Amino acid sequence: MGVIPVGIFLIVHLVVNHFATRGEQAFNDAAHFMESLPFRIFLELFIIFIPLYFHAIYGVYIAFTSKNNTRRYGTLRNYMFMLQRLTGIFTLIFVTWHVWETRIQAAMGAEVNFNMMESILSNPWMLAFYIAGVVSTTFHFANGLWSFFVSWGITVSPRSQVISTYATMLVFVALTVIGIRAIFAFV
Amino acid sequence: MTTADTMTENKVIKFEIHRQDDGQSEPYFEEFEIPYRPNMNVISALMEIRRNPFNKKGEKTQPVAWDMGCLEEVCGACSMVINGKPRQSCTALVDQLEQPIRLEPMKTFPVVRDLQVDRSRMFDSLKKVKAWIPIDGTYDLGPGPRMPEKKRQWAYELSKCMTCGVCLEACPNVNSKSDFIGPAPLSQVRLFNAHPTGSMNKNERLEAIMGEGGLANCGNSQNCVQACPKGIPLTTSIAALNRDTSFQMFRSFFGSDREV
Repeated sequence: MGVIPVGIFLIVHLVVNHFATRGEQAFNDAAHFMESLPFRIFLELFIIFIPLYFHAIYGVYIAFTSKNNTRRYGTLRNYMFMLQRLTGIFTLIFVTWHVWETRIQAAMGAEVNFNMMESILSNPWMLAFYIAGVVSTTFHFANGLWSFFVSWGITVSPRSQVISTYATMLVFVALTVIGIRAIFAFV
Repeated sequence: MTTADTMTENKVIKFEIHRQDDGQSEPYFEEFEIPYRPNMNVISALMEIRRNPFNKKGEKTQPVAWDMGCLEEVCGACSMVINGKPRQSCTALVDQLEQPIRLEPMKTFPVVRDLQVDRSRMFDSLKKVKAWIPIDGTYDLGPGPRMPEKKRQWAYELSKCMTCGVCLEACPNVNSKSDFIGPAPLSQVRLFNAHPTGSMNKNERLEAIMGEGGLANCGNSQNCVQACPKGIPLTTSIAALNRDTSFQMFRSFFGSDREV
């Protein structure tokens, strides 16, 4: 649920945002293309909202049933375990706010375009919140990809799990660069 | 008598021990100082307190209750939290520990008294996952299939599990808020599924860990493999079972004649 379809949606979203680095017109055209996809409401429901909030609400329950102990075991994976839960909660707050500010406003008649993002990000607090939100989201996705490979039995040996740690952290860096570049294109 | 000997005689070992009369009563810490002897382990120190039950202030107190069995780290009974880490008290050597030595029970389990805990949930989990090989019948079934030597070697590592509970204590997802059975019984599923005769009931064990409190509750913090005193590759077992249950899920949902 987290990786497919939400992860795929995240990549599409970040890539479309990146059009902003090519100028206002390029971003508005890309956003408009996404907006005018056929069956949009169904695509949004079944690829985004239902899986996302199922994952999120179930995830919050899981996060609150765990008892972190990084002081007792200060290993990388134990910190990643804790960070995965912290970024999950923060990402949920960020995404909910972001959906309210863009998609819900769009449903109420506002137009989602370059100017809208420009005005949101002109507030330095909002800019910081968006940067933190993107970093938190990309980390949660990349590290989630690591545990996805373990949970489906793809990376079984310790060696494959170590290599997968490096590979997914590269995914984290790459997606963060894409996301942050797009944010700064609006500033 | 040399100076060194005199010093040894006056040396004491300091302990801070979790005391609790029963599962319901309020826990507190009591300090002890016992005379130093070379090569002591935590258990011999606890025996010294039992022999002479006076706390640091010199007050007479109830002897500390703890569990022990083999005294050579194969039974798992004497596990407790020593200076913050769960481990066996028989192999916790006083000379290698920082003082005061802080002893606590593994609170993931219900506390019976002082350092004693009730590990029944682990044995219940072993029953739940069918951690045995069913061979009983009305007639001699003859010898079973042979096990490849290489497989026997890694399976032997898994068989070293002594149900001590340290991995459950180390796991952030095993606690009073969750019903996760923990790493130890999961690894036993891999052990019995690896056995040539045991594998004839492979799917039953896999189905058992696919439900509530099973494999999916693992959050991959990988503390278990760090904590295991026997060096059992618990996270490898978990990942291998993830693969097996993935296939099992597809087989049982879409239907397959490959039942085991």
